[in-house]
Amino acid sequence: MKKQKSALLALPMAIWLLVFVLIPIGVIVYYGVTVTGPDGNLVFSLSNFARFADETYLKVFLRSIKIALYATVICLVLGYPVAYICARGTERFRTIVMLLLMLPMWMNFLLRTYAWLSILENSGLVNRILGQFGIERIQFLYSEGSVIFGTVYNFLPFMILPIQNVLLKMDDSLLEAAYDLGATPVQRFLRIVVPFSVPGVISGITMTFVPSVTTFVVSQLMGGGKVPLVGDIIERQFRVVSDWHFGSAVSVIVMIVIISMMVLMNKVDKSDVDERGVIL
Amino acid sequence: MRKLMTLVLALLMIAGAAMGLAGCKDESKIVRVYNWGDYIDPDVTKDFEKETGYTVRYEMYETNEDLYTKLANSNASYDVIFPSDYMIERMVAEDMLAKIDMSHIENLKYIDKEFLSLGYDPNNEYSVPYMWGTLGILYNTKMVDGEIDSWSALWDEKYAGSIIMMYSQRDAIGAALKSLGYSLNSMDDQELQQAKDLLIEQSPLVLGYFMDETKDKMIAGEAALALVYAGDAVYCIDYNEDLTYIIPKEGSNIFYDAMCVPKNCKNMEGAEAFINFMCRPDIAARNADYIGYSSPSTAAREQMEDGNNPYAYPDLSKYKLEIFSTMGEKNKLYDVIWTEVLAKVGE
Repeated sequence: MKKQKSALLALPMAIWLLVFVLIPIGVIVYYGVTVTGPDGNLVFSLSNFARFADETYLKVFLRSIKIALYATVICLVLGYPVAYICARGTERFRTIVMLLLMLPMWMNFLLRTYAWLSILENSGLVNRILGQFGIERIQFLYSEGSVIFGTVYNFLPFMILPIQNVLLKMDDSLLEAAYDLGATPVQRFLRIVVPFSVPGVISGITMTFVPSVTTFVVSQLMGGGKVPLVGDIIERQFRVVSDWHFGSAVSVIVMIVIISMMVLMNKVDKSDVDERGVIL
Repeated sequence: MRKLMTLVLALLMIAGAAMGLAGCKDESKIVRVYNWGDYIDPDVTKDFEKETGYTVRYEMYETNEDLYTKLANSNASYDVIFPSDYMIERMVAEDMLAKIDMSHIENLKYIDKEFLSLGYDPNNEYSVPYMWGTLGILYNTKMVDGEIDSWSALWDEKYAGSIIMMYSQRDAIGAALKSLGYSLNSMDDQELQQAKDLLIEQSPLVLGYFMDETKDKMIAGEAALALVYAGDAVYCIDYNEDLTYIIPKEGSNIFYDAMCVPKNCKNMEGAEAFINFMCRPDIAARNADYIGYSSPSTAAREQMEDGNNPYAYPDLSKYKLEIFSTMGEKNKLYDVIWTEVLAKVGE
């Protein structure tokens, strides 16, 4: 009886997943493995996937992964200390820092990115201030660097939050025990804090890496169209070329690559710390 | 639990019924308009509602392709849409447009004859011209030496980092084809290959590939030259006197945006009333003054503040202008070229 009831509670979520996750993925896969035949009907074909094996597309895809990796590593390097300091700080301190982190996220993602454009452009805020000191204009925008910057800016909170959450749950008595046994601060950090935070780091990496690979808004705005990512290719297949089959195939390829990378990472993690369940 | 479910269901049903009622109550009094963003004087639709008693449901799109995708793949129904020449041609070919009874469009008489029955609608059955314009180069006279009259300026190394290209495959590749002396509608692999090489050669000089951002950047003096539509040029020149616009001597694109009625429209009468209203000279004049694009109506131009703007109304006989036609399957090749060009940038 009890079991049945709890199963019923899961029903809304199950329906949600079915309608908004499983069926759409099914449709994408279906589009990906079909092409319009000469008679106008859809026929099975893997030619969409073969088309992606072209040098140009692969180059764009590799660049997307490269940029996403850079952005993720920078997020980790910047975000970990913040998460650590927050988790170790007082409740009040934590609330303030979290509020400051979340506040910009209440504003629309596009607006925030546009704001960076007017700050960094040639006649923008930063260059005008530099100009006051007689420093020549610096071209900040429309390069790989500015795309990475935009990605880091937009996804940094998604790295900090999960790491902070895990670290908050860490039992202080562990650190005290280590102290009593004569561990140095560095040893305590490396032997206790770091292993403990791995699940948070993993979900942080997932939550920054995945959207970074597939973004097309950041690359179009901050890259001025000059840093095309795989997301741009997919977007154009749907919006400009009307080739939904190729667009779907590219989406499927991206999904497969990302999932494989995640599974691989999870394996590494499991072999390190086994008893804690890690959310992919 | 059951009570809650009943409540939710009941609410859903009420909401559904309310929406249904609202929907059918004045179905014949609603005109659904789907237009480009920022492509009408908003007061004009209000006046239309006041004068005719229709309610306008207004939605916007950014590109012809967005419009096409929405119409072809969703159940959305609109009564009036504003596709460009090549898109009209494609929609007619794919049987997506309804014929308009031109005898109901009284104000069609104010539209100049030279804008009717053009290649994309040779018998003038499907479309009523709304605006037209050219593709050309907008440049800042303070940042450019001398006068410019050729596409080659966009390839001039003097202006490295100061050239804005359009983030639009058709227009960017079109400019390259024209500068090589080919047709904008080239389907020849060799010619397209050359256009691609030219765009790759240009890419290190380009500040960025933009659409709507171009206007702000040119007004602010962020770049010296940009590939733009004449209407956007008129808008920019209004804000920055240093700017000027030219149509390159090698020839360029001329485009027409026209009002059409999709096959699945729900209110043909309302659509005709709306189209007719838009053709009225005082209304057409207000729209053209507001958005800066060129009106196809001399009667409207006479009532405009800016009806003789030299950038919006060039002497067309002086230039070699060409209309885009639909590309069909070659669309994919254009996208491959475009992807290759962009992928080469910043390597």
